[in-house]
Amino acid sequence: MSQGDLRAGPFTHEKSSIARTMSLVMLALLPATAFGLYQFGWPALFLWLATIGAAVATEAACLRIAGKPVRPFVLDGSALLTAWLLAMTLPPWAPWWIGAVGGVVAILIGKQVFGGLGQNLFNPAMVARVVLLISFPLEMTTWVSPKPLFSAEAPDFLSALAITFGGGFNIDSMSSASILGHVKTELGRSVDLAGALAGSYDPMGLLVGTVPGSMGETSALLLLCGGLFLLAMRIISWHIPLAMLGSLALCASVFNLIDPAHYPNALYHVLSGGALLGAFFIATDPVTSPVTVRGQLLFGALLGLLVYVIRTWAAFPEGVAFAVMLANGLTPLIDHYLRPRIYGRTRKGQPISYAETQEGGNG
Amino acid sequence: MRASALKLFRIRGGVHPEGRKQDTCDQPIRELPLPPLLRIPLQQHIGAPAQPEVRRGDHVLKGQLLATSQGLISAPVHAPTSGVIKSIGKFPAPHASGLPIRTITLEPDGEDRWIDLDPQATPLYLEPDDIAKRVAAAGIVGMGGATFPSAVKLGLRERFALHTLVINAAECEPYLTCDDRLMRERAHEIIDGIRITLHGLQVNKALVAIENNKPEAIAAMAEAAHAFDEISIVAVPVRYPMGSEKHLVQTLTGKETPARALTADIGIVVHNVATVRAIGEAVRFGRPLISRVVTVGGGAVREPGNLLVPIGTPVEVLIEACGGLCEEPAKLLSGGPMMGQPLPEQRVPIVKGTSGILALTTAEVASKPTMPCIRCASCVDVCPCGLLPLEMANRARNADLQGAADFGLMDCVSCGSCSYVCPAHIPLVQYFNYAKGALMEQQRAKHKQEETKRLAAARAERMERIAAAKREAMAKRKAEMAAKKAREAEAAQAAEADDAAAEPTDAPNSKLAEPQVGT
Repeated sequence: MSQGDLRAGPFTHEKSSIARTMSLVMLALLPATAFGLYQFGWPALFLWLATIGAAVATEAACLRIAGKPVRPFVLDGSALLTAWLLAMTLPPWAPWWIGAVGGVVAILIGKQVFGGLGQNLFNPAMVARVVLLISFPLEMTTWVSPKPLFSAEAPDFLSALAITFGGGFNIDSMSSASILGHVKTELGRSVDLAGALAGSYDPMGLLVGTVPGSMGETSALLLLCGGLFLLAMRIISWHIPLAMLGSLALCASVFNLIDPAHYPNALYHVLSGGALLGAFFIATDPVTSPVTVRGQLLFGALLGLLVYVIRTWAAFPEGVAFAVMLANGLTPLIDHYLRPRIYGRTRKGQPISYAETQEGGNG
Repeated sequence: MRASALKLFRIRGGVHPEGRKQDTCDQPIRELPLPPLLRIPLQQHIGAPAQPEVRRGDHVLKGQLLATSQGLISAPVHAPTSGVIKSIGKFPAPHASGLPIRTITLEPDGEDRWIDLDPQATPLYLEPDDIAKRVAAAGIVGMGGATFPSAVKLGLRERFALHTLVINAAECEPYLTCDDRLMRERAHEIIDGIRITLHGLQVNKALVAIENNKPEAIAAMAEAAHAFDEISIVAVPVRYPMGSEKHLVQTLTGKETPARALTADIGIVVHNVATVRAIGEAVRFGRPLISRVVTVGGGAVREPGNLLVPIGTPVEVLIEACGGLCEEPAKLLSGGPMMGQPLPEQRVPIVKGTSGILALTTAEVASKPTMPCIRCASCVDVCPCGLLPLEMANRARNADLQGAADFGLMDCVSCGSCSYVCPAHIPLVQYFNYAKGALMEQQRAKHKQEETKRLAAARAERMERIAAAKREAMAKRKAEMAAKKAREAEAAQAAEADDAAAEPTDAPNSKLAEPQVGT
């Protein structure tokens, strides 16, 4: 019997731990990741490993420098998950150093300089993605069409090594635009939407994931499955994903109704780019999202709006990373103003009063 | 019994800890043989400790008064059996601190002979105040763990317009089944206690709230309450902390108790089910509260069960009676695992508020090292009080007591739901208890300082007043002296004048002296 420990109870605990939470999120990511790795082959796997390796090594080094225990924090899986999420958003055939730089930036600048686990204001994976996108626009927007593993067109192990660690690949012959990028470019050239979408917009392909895009963002269906799994396991709640996708779909529908020639519909926005990955896996990052239900609904709605605004009118075809960071910045403000009502008090914090005469007094 | 189609209301948050009641809920209550020594603390209740009425070496009878209650909020203590007072001294308290408190040690003589009791065959014809008096004299306190003197609650009818008595039989803490067993085996005694309590409160409606994981208890109680329209048995959903009185009242009525107020403010008094049974025993049979049912459980106990135990029995005797320990427990607790207290050692006694003794294994405690908060908001979701535990803990940890209070610290009921779900295993309740204690300490210090200031100012003012009064008195005396002198002079002059009447030549002198009178 531990006589020394007189800490207050409870002396029983739900089966929960940070490592368990992180593991379940990774489990939820697994189908989409596995499919992405299969679609884009060895180079994608190498990039994924490079990103994770760099992030975990940076985490360990930072913990050592900060004098914190290395083992429990590395084993909690948070750095691994951050890197994993980042890798999901990278062009699958990007050179290894894109992943490595991203991994270092995510952990070092995105997380550890704020004080480590739980302290960061912005989602570390999105910090890294934004840094990479601004610093290396070419590498970060060079997409390939899926070349499933072991298929005829897929690079073998050795040529994959060359793609990731060597001189890259022949951009002219292999590259292919993502649907968001393609539409943006075409609309920019004053081609109308129908023309831009013709031959490139394939909702079924977006759903299954047989389209060019980031490593883990292409299969809407598998991401949705992962998200539903997290909901079922109560790792995330429905508020942020639903509010975000709902607000994105609403914005898209409104503008699509106003001018269908220039504004794609809701389905296009929800299925393409990082919308689903963002809604279920990134916006729901507990550290950087509000803690109350009302705050989460506001946060999600705001996020959906920002994604739409950035995708539609800003210089970048994809808006999730920027939108997430902007919304993250508002989280402290949202948490400050939107608090739950305390039992026995009004929303303003005054004790409830039953001014109307009570039904009592029959004693 | 009224058909219990009562509409129930949902409470916010809450958790569903594993019940773990199956080891003890089917074990009938066993009466524990008298232990060789009883240790009876003089403070087994909230309020002032009782004052001993016996001396070392005295022979006492079962039910005899050992110590009287002191002040408004206090409770007397009675002898659980007949025997000899071995000592009145200090003994470790059944509290996490294990600090020594005043305790009477009684050596049973084995005869278990009752003192002459004062039964009351028709308790429902007593004056309500008499019921409160009898309950006070029987030393009855809240047996659910809060140990608030029950007589004080019976007196609430004087200050509030009461309309409902709620019997808390939720027993939402895991492991504990003592109330469940009591309801299955002693339903009629409980119903009798409820009727007496209703009379004592002058209220004509009682709701007995039982979590619906106790179907046998619900059936037994419904059967026993059958003849009484004023008593309804209500099955409430299983959710911790259903047994928190304010949340139970909300479940039953949909009404929240205003912050910093009592349930009596909304017309409701809540008593624990074992407490009303004790009230019945005390009023009808004159028996003071000298024993209670205790659940002995946990994975480290060989044969868990429910025991009827004299107050003052050492914990080790209970564990021994349940087959002893099969492994070294990771935690020894008094009460349930959610809100119970860790016990410092096995020698400490059972008191009126001890509902359970749990010896938990490491696996049951499921303690893990604390990690940083990841703001997952699990604590916010489960908080039944609508608080932000993570923000409160963050401030308490940095000794920002006011900050924690601004986030509603004093509205926290310490139910532990937040700590129970926290994936980072942060000891949130520990932080809150610390901050509440420190805040109260601060308020006491502030109050003391203000009182000191007020008293000092009052003293200065009083001194000033005394000085002023002295000055005034002095001036008055001076004036009186002067007046006296003047009068004397006048008298002298008058005398002289009388003389002058004989000798008129002195008259102008007296005129000159006249103005001096006013000075």
